[in-house]
Amino acid sequence: MLRYTLHRLLMMIPTLLGVAVLVFFMLRVIPGDIVEVKLRGDGGTVSQEMIDYERKRLGLDKPLIYQFGDYMYGLATFNLGISMWTERPVTEEISLRLELSLQVAIMATLFAVLLAIPLGTTAALMRGTWVDYVVRIVTIGGLSIPSFWFGMLIMMGLLYYWNWLPPITFTSIYVDPVANLTQLIWPAMAVGYRYCAVVARMIRSSLLEVLNEDYIRTARAKGVFEKVIISRHALRNALLPAITVIGIEFAFLIGGLVVTEQVFNLNGIGKLFVQSVARSDFTLIQGMVMMLAAFYVFVNLVVDLLYAVFDPRIRYG
Amino acid sequence: MTAIAPPAPLSSARSRGVVVDFATQQPLGTVSFVIILLMTIAGIFSEWVAPYDPLYIDFAGILQPPTWEHWGGTDAYGRDIFSRIIYGARTALVISLTSSFIGSTLGAILGIASAYFGGWIDDWIQRFMDILLAFPIIVLALVVVAALKTVVLFGIDINLIIAIAIPIVPRVCRVVRAAALSVRTMPYIDAARAAGYSDSRIIFRHMAPNVVAPYLIMFTAFMAQAILLEASLSFLGLGVTEPTPAWGLMLSGNAADFYREAPWMILFPGLAISLAVFAFNLFGDSLRDYLDPRFKV
Repeated sequence: MLRYTLHRLLMMIPTLLGVAVLVFFMLRVIPGDIVEVKLRGDGGTVSQEMIDYERKRLGLDKPLIYQFGDYMYGLATFNLGISMWTERPVTEEISLRLELSLQVAIMATLFAVLLAIPLGTTAALMRGTWVDYVVRIVTIGGLSIPSFWFGMLIMMGLLYYWNWLPPITFTSIYVDPVANLTQLIWPAMAVGYRYCAVVARMIRSSLLEVLNEDYIRTARAKGVFEKVIISRHALRNALLPAITVIGIEFAFLIGGLVVTEQVFNLNGIGKLFVQSVARSDFTLIQGMVMMLAAFYVFVNLVVDLLYAVFDPRIRYG
Repeated sequence: MTAIAPPAPLSSARSRGVVVDFATQQPLGTVSFVIILLMTIAGIFSEWVAPYDPLYIDFAGILQPPTWEHWGGTDAYGRDIFSRIIYGARTALVISLTSSFIGSTLGAILGIASAYFGGWIDDWIQRFMDILLAFPIIVLALVVVAALKTVVLFGIDINLIIAIAIPIVPRVCRVVRAAALSVRTMPYIDAARAAGYSDSRIIFRHMAPNVVAPYLIMFTAFMAQAILLEASLSFLGLGVTEPTPAWGLMLSGNAADFYREAPWMILFPGLAISLAVFAFNLFGDSLRDYLDPRFKV
């Protein structure tokens, strides 16, 4: 188990290195950079000297290979550099907003998983009936309704029925849990709907597959109660593939946050990412992509290890 | 969407015709196909279907609620929302069709090549796909948007299409590779090699036709993803730009200021996105059930 873990940890390095190289060169394929956006932002004219000076100050005048070297050296020493726009360290910009986004992500996960297990199980057990069809439509709806529109509908509903909108300023849950939850529960629902749909569909299909297994037939033949068969034999095994989906969707929740934070005016990771793209803030984009990719690879590792814990058949020597 | 068995079981349909067979087996799929058809008609014949010019600004009639004249009401510039949704169908279809086609085809070719050659080619392609898969779809698309500048050709941003196509490639590649691996072990591939056919001939003439089923399923599924992604990027102000009518764009900017005064400005474009994505998702689902014998009982 330990050897397997170490092996997987080492396997993360080439992938992350690949991400780093890919993003660096992708951002620099096409000429044109932040300096022009930054200085000409308001449509004014700027002299060429100004542009050259600013470019020099940000290190954008150096040959590409040097910039790449600096960037790689920074990564090796866990230094993500300085945002080209705000001139503050990238890690500081990210950590300022991490708490909010992480909390929304965790709340969305809880919401999704707690709803998905009963939904997926009922759909599988009542396969082909109208219940199954309703769950199918609700879950495909979750995959189809854009989370930002769902968020807007929630806001409209709150405004229409209670004449109230969630607070805009973020309060930490440690300071004032009520204010915190009344702000963040809505975006969590907005991104959680899709999440829930994905997990419920996975549970349904894997439960259907498990119910066809020989050991279920054996259990039935032995006269084990149906309830016990479902909860002890079937659901336990069916939840394994669901763990993968839960993990990967959790790592990818940022995809939903990118748009949802815009709707709810939350100053989180997603909003920061959109801002950095709009401003061509290369260092910030690179830093955030590295963080997201590392997070994804790490969650994948945890999922695989959980798998090995739950299912002794996949324990590698 | 795990490994998909390659041969398409169209033989059972031969007696009754594919369309009737599909319609009786997959009622939900048929409904979704009708929605897709309506959307396509609206997109192709926008000039005739839409009652107004989607760009016509009428300051005398701003923020009108839905009436018989304006089915969807009007927006903050007095533009007819229903007409903008009809034209938006064209934008959504053109962008998602081209990007999903480019992404799926490139993914399929890489997947087949990966399975056919094996060895270090397979290793390298798969490592590269792993790298691309470490990005959430929208994050990868946003990085591409940040990297490429806008290039407009025939009124469409080519780079937006590329940005949507790239995240599709690794996902299709995975699935098609799995299907192609099982095709590769078939005796007819050995026979073709023994006959001395070139690699490209075997890939395109012998392997590609046998992974058409997973390819089609992925293509339809990613149509839905592409529509959603285009809407999200446009909503963020990094996709389709004004004044082109696009559903995501109709929800962005100051639309949120009118939650109370003009809810129709939010309701209808979002409904259009959801319905289109829903139809493609459902159709892809039904297509999988229909083409994939593994799920048939």
